[in-house]
Amino acid sequence: MIPAPFTYKRAWSVDEAVDLVARDGEDTKFLAGGHSLLPLMKLRLAVPQTLVDIGRLGELSYIRDEGDYVAVGAATTHGELAGSSLLASEVPLLAHAAGQIGDPQVRHCGTIGGSLAHSDPAADLPAVVLTLDATLVARGPSGTREIAAADFFRGLFESALEPGELLTEIRVGKPASSGWAFQKFTKRAIDWAIVGVVVQGGRVSLVNMGQTPVRAAAVEAALAGGASPRDAAAHAAEGTSASDDLNASRAYREHLARVLVRRALEDAHAAG
Amino acid sequence: MRVTVTVNGSQVDAEVPDRTLLVHFLREQAGLTATNVGCDTSSCGACTVLLEGRSVKSCTLLAAQADGREVVTVEGLGDGELHPVQRAFRAEHGLQCGFCTPGMVMAAVSLLDENPAPTEEEVRTALEGNLCRCTGYHNIVRAVLAAAGERQTR
Amino acid sequence: MSILGTRVVRTEDPRLLTVGGTYVDDLRVPELAQAARVTFVRSPLAHALITGIDVSAAKKASGVVAVLTAADIDDLPPPPPPPEEGAEPPPPGSEAAPLPLGGHWAEPLLAVDRVRFVGEPVAMVLTDETYQGEDAAELVSVDYEPLPAVVDFDSGLTSQSLLFPPAGSNVPLTIGAADDDSAFDACDAVVEQIIVNQRLAPVPMEGRATAAVWADGKLTVWVSTQNAQISRFILMGAFGLDMSAIRVVAPDVGGAFGAKIGADRDAILVAWAARHTGRAVRWAETRSENLVGMTHGRAQRQHIKIGGMRDGRILAYRNVVVQDTGAYPRMSGFLPFLTGLMASGPYDIPTVQTAYQVVVTNTTPISAYRGAGRPEATAAIERAVDLFAAEIGMDPGQVRRINLVPPDKFPYSSGGGAVYDTGEYVAALDKVLAGAGYDELRAEQARRRERGDTVQLGIGLASYVEITAADAAGGETARVVVHDDGSATVYTGSSAHGQGHHTAWAMLLQDELGIPMDDITVIHGDTDLIPFGTGTYASRSLQLGGTAVRNAAIDVKEQARGVAAAMLEASEADLELDTARGAWQVRGDPASSRTWAEVAAHAGPQGLAADANFTEGQPSFPFGTHLAVVEVDTETGKVRLIRHVTVDDAGPVVSPLLAEGQRHGGIAQGAAQALLEEVVYDADGNPVTGTLVDYAIITAAELPSFELLASETPTKANPLGVKGIGEAGTIGATPAVQNAVIDAVSHLGVRHIDMPATPARVWAAINEASATGEGQ
Repeated sequence: MIPAPFTYKRAWSVDEAVDLVARDGEDTKFLAGGHSLLPLMKLRLAVPQTLVDIGRLGELSYIRDEGDYVAVGAATTHGELAGSSLLASEVPLLAHAAGQIGDPQVRHCGTIGGSLAHSDPAADLPAVVLTLDATLVARGPSGTREIAAADFFRGLFESALEPGELLTEIRVGKPASSGWAFQKFTKRAIDWAIVGVVVQGGRVSLVNMGQTPVRAAAVEAALAGGASPRDAAAHAAEGTSASDDLNASRAYREHLARVLVRRALEDAHAAG
Repeated sequence: MRVTVTVNGSQVDAEVPDRTLLVHFLREQAGLTATNVGCDTSSCGACTVLLEGRSVKSCTLLAAQADGREVVTVEGLGDGELHPVQRAFRAEHGLQCGFCTPGMVMAAVSLLDENPAPTEEEVRTALEGNLCRCTGYHNIVRAVLAAAGERQTR
Repeated sequence: MSILGTRVVRTEDPRLLTVGGTYVDDLRVPELAQAARVTFVRSPLAHALITGIDVSAAKKASGVVAVLTAADIDDLPPPPPPPEEGAEPPPPGSEAAPLPLGGHWAEPLLAVDRVRFVGEPVAMVLTDETYQGEDAAELVSVDYEPLPAVVDFDSGLTSQSLLFPPAGSNVPLTIGAADDDSAFDACDAVVEQIIVNQRLAPVPMEGRATAAVWADGKLTVWVSTQNAQISRFILMGAFGLDMSAIRVVAPDVGGAFGAKIGADRDAILVAWAARHTGRAVRWAETRSENLVGMTHGRAQRQHIKIGGMRDGRILAYRNVVVQDTGAYPRMSGFLPFLTGLMASGPYDIPTVQTAYQVVVTNTTPISAYRGAGRPEATAAIERAVDLFAAEIGMDPGQVRRINLVPPDKFPYSSGGGAVYDTGEYVAALDKVLAGAGYDELRAEQARRRERGDTVQLGIGLASYVEITAADAAGGETARVVVHDDGSATVYTGSSAHGQGHHTAWAMLLQDELGIPMDDITVIHGDTDLIPFGTGTYASRSLQLGGTAVRNAAIDVKEQARGVAAAMLEASEADLELDTARGAWQVRGDPASSRTWAEVAAHAGPQGLAADANFTEGQPSFPFGTHLAVVEVDTETGKVRLIRHVTVDDAGPVVSPLLAEGQRHGGIAQGAAQALLEEVVYDADGNPVTGTLVDYAIITAAELPSFELLASETPTKANPLGVKGIGEAGTIGATPAVQNAVIDAVSHLGVRHIDMPATPARVWAAINEASATGEGQ
């Protein structure tokens, strides 16, 4: 219930944040909304020695139209994404998916940067940015770099961020095809997805079908080859490695993936 | 570390361990025990308060994250009179044991702030992060809709 | 006009809504100002020998006051010795008492040399501050030698790994045999089914909490309990103390649902630690602790057999139960005994057979949880009735109608051994069917089946009768005092933890005496103020506690009549109480009126006060019918409860607000069992559903608003004519929702799905049925 003791530091700029973490070494974590990290710390599954609070970095909280892409500051909350009229018109998938995360309280605090850095394959936004082929911008002690979403999610709770690197911006290209869909299958509305499906045009990603969000490549290939949603969806489980857990067996997840991909493609087709 | 939070309009200033959760700061340093701890996985919402006007689960925030900011708990609703949401909860029998109630009320206040005229379905979805074991939610939903209605007619 | 039966808002609410309740962890009384905080060290293993405990590192941690283990408990009366070989077995029927079995199955306070469930307390760390407690507890080092864990019904029955080796088995009780098949052989249609009524966690929003201080030879304990007086009794036994040396206070209690009856071992340990260290001590468990440390509910496996004729008459019903009682039989055979007692439900069945076994397993001990044995009975027979209906091809509503006990057969002696007082079972069924629009629902279901819709409609019924105030002989107390300012105080032995007794008792008092509710204070839960009482469980409080309030009020009224008569120099026969004005007067002479204040002031040194202790002599039997409508997505198995219509008849309704609230809460918990909740252990006895992320409490988003229909059939068991409503909703809701889910996919060949009907379970059932080629 109570985190193990740690030292709290607060950063007032991105540079300061990067600097503080670089100085304090390996056992330091960034604290944005804290809604992925603090629950782990309260159960003592994560025991960082130092937390650097980046929750005051207004400079990382924005949603801007940059012409052919929308730039989202990493500290933008899920609630802000869900309520953004810019996203509603340019990248409605992102706004909609953010609005399905957790509950209102969680959405008031949790940030897109925090969620992506946490790299939970059962979370929604990793699969969304993967589908949208977003570019993630990170700043660290050795400078700034851009990481393609396809390269960002390395493993279970493992992202491409190097120690001391901080996500600063997510660049989402304005989709060429307007057909999108989002299927999140849960037991209760509040739960993480047992399986989720994210569609934008001909691109399809899956939530909770592996150690990272996965592109349903076989489905995409079938679609590109002219297959119907039903026929394309039959390939949904190919290349996935879903787990068995309390809520679902692997076989059930694979079945759900096929059903939900079909429904998502039909939704997107109807909308687009 | 030193943390200063404006709680229900008054400044509360204390030296606390860095790891102090906001909910414990409110219950101990601010001496306001209405906000309750009902779980340890951010699931139940009994700890819901307003931070800068928005509902948050105070068990999932460090007091340090609220440093220099404004928090409102159920004790700070209404000025001498019951807030419309409190009035509606009483009128509609939206509470039984009362343990989830402070958090539920604050979640409802935040909901109506963001969505002044919600449908029943929107109310139910907005309260998905607030667990109640006693009421079955039926009267809580009625209370929130009644409070919304009252706001509309004011 | 009487205030009874009107919609009165609660007197409890202004405080709860503005400053919040004062639950144990909120107490800021001077006696607890320097209280040390308790953090328990609990077993991480389901079954193991304790080979060593090293507290040296923990003792040195910051803020530590003491680290205590079983070895430190040398200052309590010893527990009774286990029975000797060949000792007399306990008398038959005593196994049906809601008391720990003891003997070989005795439960220690802190684990001594063996742990028997994950969560069993092994050590206590006392610290100055709460935060320090978890840090220090991590430093307590316990050496365990794991033993094979017994985790399910079958291993409970057959495993050679004994939880209590001297007992020689893991089966403390075997009651009855129920193997005579002759009645079934005479039937046209017989159906058998194994049903699991799954283990649940009560999850009141406030977990367990206790605070204790010893001062001047007296122990004061604040505990989140349903029964302050019973808690005191338990502590008297634990410490070998007289009543006068213990005060127990139940402050506000944040829900209980049967899992906070009396005081458990953790609470006793808090009180003991306070004496042992000479310091006030307090404890409030975390939710993770609560999910393994608070007792669980249900956990029965039922082998049912139902037989009858093609015309719909049920002739024989059998329910043989295996009750998993967890690591310690805290309630002996009480729960399955009640399941047997209520086995045949509201049906007039000529042959009813029941039997049960209780097994111990390396899991959290089982105790009462909203309904305590009766939801299990109802769920079993309601599944059986639907299975029978399917077997003979008759509408499940019609099968119920044919078999429900008709109104002219009351009092009715059931095949389970209960005597039902009053009932209008068929009327309740018909009311619900009409209110739900049953025929139109069936028509809609047929249309969807015809079209082969992905989302199918399911309609589920459950007709039930339940036993309330099962311990009616235990009675309940009330003391009513009218003060010389005209206000009144009610001291009640009942112990509300959300039920709103303060409002209801004030309504009863206003009704009887005409003193306005605003001038009535109701007090409960403090043994110094209310030395005798039972508390609140078994849905007993209105019928027993409410009647006691009424009786004490009548007694006060008669005393006042005498006093007023003397004041007015009239005969008592000429005196009347105008309850609308709360004034005594000579009949026909309003000018003679005297207020309650005046009469009380005139009543002399003893004032106006009366005590009542009301025992009912018999339990009462509320009843009803629930109808649930679900949609099932046949491709994914996901279920949505879209309507829930009920009659829950507990006699005259004193407070419509409170009665509806109890029904709503009961329905939600009942639906939650049918659809979502289950405590799951892995093969080693580790809890899989150890947090509220995984133990799926139902939220507002999964429920519709409920449709409650009215029905009031009084009982003669008490002067108010009331029965208990608290558990009825849960009892009726669970089987209605379960039956609805199965009904939704019965045309696909599914005949049974065990609870909870999660999407995975429903999909598996659909899959299996289509694989075996059943259905259309």
